[in-house]
Amino acid sequence: MSAVVAKFELPPLPYEMNALEPFMSKTTLEFHWGKHQRAYIDNLNKQISGTELESLKLEDIITKTYGGGNAQPAFNNAAQAWNHDFFFHSMTAKGGKAPSGDISGLINRDLGSYDNFVKEFKAAATTQFGSGWAWLSLKDGKLIVQKTANAVNPLVSGETPLLVLDVWEHAYYLDFQNRRPDYVETFLRELVNWDTVNARLETATAKL
Amino acid sequence: MTRHLAGSRPSDILGFFCFGGSILSGGVAMASAMTRLGRRGIGSARWSSMAVAGQQSRASHSFTLPDLDYDYGELEPAISGEIMKLHHTKHHQTYITNFVKALEQLEQAEKDGNAEAIVKLQGAINFNGGGHVNHSIFWKNLAPSKSGGGEPPEGKLASAIKDEFGSLEKLIAKMNADGAALQGSGWVWLGLNKDLKQLAVQTTANQDPLASKGLVPLLGIDVWEHAYYLQYKNVKPDYLKNIWKVINWSDVSSRYEANL
Repeated sequence: MSAVVAKFELPPLPYEMNALEPFMSKTTLEFHWGKHQRAYIDNLNKQISGTELESLKLEDIITKTYGGGNAQPAFNNAAQAWNHDFFFHSMTAKGGKAPSGDISGLINRDLGSYDNFVKEFKAAATTQFGSGWAWLSLKDGKLIVQKTANAVNPLVSGETPLLVLDVWEHAYYLDFQNRRPDYVETFLRELVNWDTVNARLETATAKL
Repeated sequence: MTRHLAGSRPSDILGFFCFGGSILSGGVAMASAMTRLGRRGIGSARWSSMAVAGQQSRASHSFTLPDLDYDYGELEPAISGEIMKLHHTKHHQTYITNFVKALEQLEQAEKDGNAEAIVKLQGAINFNGGGHVNHSIFWKNLAPSKSGGGEPPEGKLASAIKDEFGSLEKLIAKMNADGAALQGSGWVWLGLNKDLKQLAVQTTANQDPLASKGLVPLLGIDVWEHAYYLQYKNVKPDYLKNIWKVINWSDVSSRYEANL
């Protein structure tokens, strides 16, 4: 008798669909969460069914299938499923602007100032050619801003992401069309969930 | 509907007037060219870069947004007028603006003998230049049905498609499958291997030109999300299914025969 293996489920959004309006529309979240993320998870489940990947945690599937850039088919769906959940949790209503808490001190220490963080994050997000993500991560205990292409995330490089912005066009096209810089500014000014970033930082520091 | 002067392209005309001409004649030529292109909408950024280009000696700074051969709404219902206008006046224009900017920075870096800067600029040049090249082909690959869009190919191209793929339907199925499977941003192409005189279906990532795969581009379908999202949302396969109704096979044939 084969073991019952739990399939990955679409995690609920941490807020109502309209909670981030007017900065990110209900319609965008209906498609982004309800169609795009749902599809990554459904397709991942189909891909790993009956394979050795079936019993692994999502993070382990990601690192196992990355293959140093020569990724196996399941990598894309696994990483995108993870990235999107991380992204939706990176936002909150009445978020954004300069943080308080431990992340604030680290930003000053490693990136110079909040204004410099904004400058670097905007640059990363707007110069990612094509699809991808902009991240604030911990690398060897230091904060860095980085950008990745398509489904790639800092987990594959052994770094610890703390904050992410989706710069695939589907993330902003309904609300901003081609105006990615406006989308990035709006995210930084109105949506960043610094409480979650601080919580992620705490978890990461506890592991060190 | 505006037509180009026979045998010349807007960038040729403007390049001629910009290169070595007096500022006055260059300005007048640009003004009249601007009026002719005006109904497609000219962003102020391009005007200012054109004004600067008129006073510089390098013709390479005269890359301009090519006219469409049809109005924005004429590809409906396959592709919405809203998408066509944004795609042309914002996305393609931005590639050109940033391409010109990168080339200007390259010229300066060359003057300065700054090798590091020259190397660093290659990414922006390739990406934005590739975007300009690819979209310029794409607009010609499309036509309203009243101008022949969707009418199947004939002649040499039709035979070649049958030989290589079995049928037009099979070619379409392959391009749709490859286009749907493409992860991230990119294009799906029908290309020609000139050496083997063989047709091939090939995808490219981001704005990489098909030439980077050793093929001559005949037909490109933009599968960046901006090409379809406002109309088709996440359902890329529906966009791919419908775009064949406005494919200008006559243009594709011309490119094929010109490269045999």
